[in-house]
This record gives sequence, C-alpha cells and structure tokens, in this order.
Amino acid sequence: MFQRVAVGIVFLFVSLVSHAQLTIEITQGIDRPTQIAVVPFRWDDGGSAPENFASVISEDLRRSGLFNAMSASNMLSFPYPGSTISFRDWRITDTEYLLTGTARTTADGIEAVIELHNVISQNLVMRKTVYGGHNNGRDVAHRIADLVYETVTGIPGIFGTKIIYVTDGTMMDGSKRYRLMLADQDGAREQIITESSQPLMSPTWSPDGTHVAYVSFETGRPAIFTQELGTGQREQLTNFRGINGAPSWSPDGTKMAMSLSKDGNPEIYVMDIASKTFERITNHFAIDTEPNWTPDGENLVFTSDRGGRPQIYQINLDSKRLRRITFEGDYNARPRLSIDGRYLVMVHRRDGQYHIAVQDLELDRLIIVTETSLDESPTIAPNSAMVMYATKWQGRGILSAVSLDAGIKYRLPAQAGDVREPAWSPK
Amino acid sequence: MKIMFKYLALSFLISGFVACSSTSTQDSNSTDGMNSSSSSASTSGVGAGSTSVSDGNMDPEAGLESTFYFEFDESTLTASTRAALDAYAAVLRSSPRNIRLEGHADERGTREYNIALGERRAKSVADYLIASGVSASRIETISYGEERPAVSASTPSAWAQNRRVELK
Repeated sequence: MFQRVAVGIVFLFVSLVSHAQLTIEITQGIDRPTQIAVVPFRWDDGGSAPENFASVISEDLRRSGLFNAMSASNMLSFPYPGSTISFRDWRITDTEYLLTGTARTTADGIEAVIELHNVISQNLVMRKTVYGGHNNGRDVAHRIADLVYETVTGIPGIFGTKIIYVTDGTMMDGSKRYRLMLADQDGAREQIITESSQPLMSPTWSPDGTHVAYVSFETGRPAIFTQELGTGQREQLTNFRGINGAPSWSPDGTKMAMSLSKDGNPEIYVMDIASKTFERITNHFAIDTEPNWTPDGENLVFTSDRGGRPQIYQINLDSKRLRRITFEGDYNARPRLSIDGRYLVMVHRRDGQYHIAVQDLELDRLIIVTETSLDESPTIAPNSAMVMYATKWQGRGILSAVSLDAGIKYRLPAQAGDVREPAWSPK
Repeated sequence: MKIMFKYLALSFLISGFVACSSTSTQDSNSTDGMNSSSSSASTSGVGAGSTSVSDGNMDPEAGLESTFYFEFDESTLTASTRAALDAYAAVLRSSPRNIRLEGHADERGTREYNIALGERRAKSVADYLIASGVSASRIETISYGEERPAVSASTPSAWAQNRRVELK
C-alpha cells in the first residue's frame, strides 16, 4: 500500500517564538497524500484570534503523513462556512478537500464552526460546531484536525492526545537532572511533571488519563509512585527491597501490575491499589518483568528469559496458564498491546540491532518497523495506527514515531539533553 | 545551511537551559522531601587517589579494585573479578563495614530488563563475597540498569565500561 516513499519531505515544525522543547520532522510520508486546503479561520470577535487555527490544523494533518496542506499564500480566496465556494478555483490547484471555519468567544469559551467540502464531488461532507475553554484554542484546533482526519481516512485522529516521557540533562553546575514531562503529542506545551537528581523511569498512564505511574530512585532505591496530573498529588505505592519496577495499570484502573525482586529475583505481581494487597503471578528463577495487560484485563503479557533468552509470554491471571507468544529472533522484550488487542509491539533484536517490531496477533505475522539500531520503549497511539518509541539520533536520545504498517515516520528531536521512554495517553 | 542549522541547534541548547532554569518551579509539583542521598555522582570514595602520607590510619581498602566489569548480557564473574573480590573480602572480614553493591548494564536492550540484569550482576558479586566470609547482613544490592552510565556513548568501549558493579 505504501510502497514508494517520499523520503524528501523533511518538514521542520520549528516555531522560533514558542519554547516547545521537541520539534517534529516528518521523515517519511505516503506517496500520494490527500490534498487539503485549510482556509484561515474568520475570527468573529475583532482583535486577534487566540490561536492560528488553520495553521495548527494544517500542521497536524501534514504531520500525519496522509495529507498535504496548502499554504494560505497560494489560496485564491478565503471562503467561510455558509459562503459560496468557487470549486473550480480549488480544483485547478489539485485540492481534494477544503476546510473553512469561523471562531468566536462565548461566555463558556471558544466556539468554532467548521465545514469540510469535497472539492471533486462539490459537496459538503461535514459541518460541525466545536467548543473549547477560553485558553484552549489549541485544543479546539486539534479537535477539528481529529474530525477532518477521521472523516477522510475513517481512522480516529490522535491530534488531541498527550505524551509523557523522561528527559535527562546536565545542569549548569554539572549535576544530573531527570524529569518526567507531559506534552501534546506534537511536543507542544511541554510541562514538567516531576524532577529529581536521581533516575526516573518507566512512566505509564492510568486508563482514564488522570494519573501517571513511574519508578523513581529519589529515596536512594527504586520505588513505584503514582501521581495525579491535575493536582500533582503523589503516592508511593511500593518500597520493597530490590527491584520495584515496570508498573502497568489494569484496564479498569483498580490494579497495578509490576515487577518486584523482593523474594530474590524479579517476578510479576499484581497489586490491588485500594487495599494495597499483592498477588504473585509468576514463580520462576528467571527474569520476569515488563508486564502489560490484555484489554479484557484477564491476562498479562511480559518479558521473561526463562527459555534462555528474553521472549514474550502471556499468562492468564485466573488459571496461571502460561504460553509463549514470540518465536522470531533471540530477543523480544517490553511488550505493549494495542487497545483493540490485535497488535503487539516490542523491542526485537536482529543481527545485533535493536528495532521496534509489530506482531499482528490475528495473522501471527511479525514486521520490523524501524531501521535504527537502539530503538526501545514502544507505545501505541489510542487509535492503534502509530507507535512512538525512543531511539538515538546524532548521539542523543530522541523520540520517533512510525505507523504500524511502517509507511509514515516522524521524529521529535529535543533541543537539549536525552529524551526517552514515551508513553502515549489512552485517549 | 548545515552550519546555520548547527548554530540554530546551539542557540536552542542555550535557550533550553535558560528555559529550564526559569520555568522549573512553575508547572512542576516538585518532589517534596526529595532525598538526594548518598549516591550522588560516581565518586567511589574507596581509596582511589588517597595518596596521603601513611600515619597508621590508612584506609585498609586503599588500592583495591572497587568496580567489576562483565561480559555482554552476562552476570558471571570473570577470573580477574574473583581475584579482586578475594582481596576485598579479606579486608572486609578483618575490618567489617556496610557495603552497597550497585549493578549497571549497558544501554542495549530494554530498560527494565537491564534493571534486572544489573541486579543479577550485583547479586553475583554479593554471593561471592558472602561465600568468602563477608556477612550477608552488611551487604545491600541495588540496580540502576542503564540509567546511570559511567560513559555516555554508544560505542563498544563505552558499553564495556558501563556493564559493571560498583562497590561502595
């Protein structure tokens, strides 16, 4: 489907005025992206609009790799919802879709009316009103991009989603600073969630997106913490001797799977978060770690080297029945399942290189979707279409993303320090 | 173009630092009571460079090797590590103290798996010391996996220096 790739499309989303630390570069898109024109929105309130809606929407769609968005300077007219559209003018520029919009503030916030036209068939395919809070112009724009993306491709958009990730930098005085960060999925509006002079690792989301869990070494030993994003309130969940690692929230939000070595070597445990009771799930002298829940909440997939090399296994929490699910290659680790349960992403070693691989559990087929050599920490977008992961680029840790079919790729290089361990929000 | 890009990157780097220091208190819920304990930096503090004139109170561990290296994906002790640990065990038997064994891995492979690998390494050093007569109650093991590399580079020599256990 995506045979020939247009590798030349290096698009720098560098906004010199914004302080976003991550910038997006599309490194590979599809051969014939859909041509769309997002007309500058009419701002009905006088003064200047709180956000350049058309620009944010265009960048979102372009970055998806499936769209080519026309520059406003090439447009012959700026129609608005309800106005007459000269389809012929748009057709001669090869435009396939046309998005128009107006926006204004109301007592409750921002209200935008949008119309999406199919230029070829000359009809209105979508008309919607989108609302957002007073300071959330960017969220309104992302929501509109989601609507356009879903209407045209049939796949839910992910432009309104968030990512968390770990950064590691050296301060002016030479000391290390580890940070857990939150940002929009395009790297914009970056915020610090937690920082420490000791390592932070393995960040993960609660299924409702209100909390995160992670491992912090701030006490001098690894411990699992949860933190509410809205209030910043933290709770230390574990304080065992040895490894306290790899937290993973159950789909219903009531339990936390993790790896603990308190009994001598790393085993998988499930903790009931409310009652603080633990159930030991595995019992083997090998390394058992990196658990992740199946969507039904009845099984865990995890990494184990019980067969001699790290491979991915699935265990039923009720029956404790175990089965190995990866057989290709001698290193498969850190499994993450898509929300529909169909795709398993993992770190896969081939010829000594660490790549991200996607296993289609229905067709039982594994494909390697990255070409770099130190790829790790894959996380799947909530629409099950993209995987974000950490890799090395020009000697630094950066985040990259690739579609599950490997057709679309982009990078989010940081301007300073190492960036790693992305986790995509659940919605 | 390339030069300009580099320049741009550099200016970002600088502005990144400025931004870091100026915004760090705004949106963060800075971790209260953060314990920047013992293990800051990688100063081993066990002898290396203790060139002071001997007045009879010389550190008994001076001159002993305190970092032990491992093969890729291995936690077995090499012959030279065992020899170094024999010497350490003798000193720890005669002048006991609490020790902390910090296990590390190179950057290849997944982070939590490397935490487990670092723990395996720290434990194989601990087991050897215990078998050599050091009291188990005086030994603490911890793994940092690949989170605190001794050398930050993606080269075979950096990896070799990062696959280690540090005795502290």
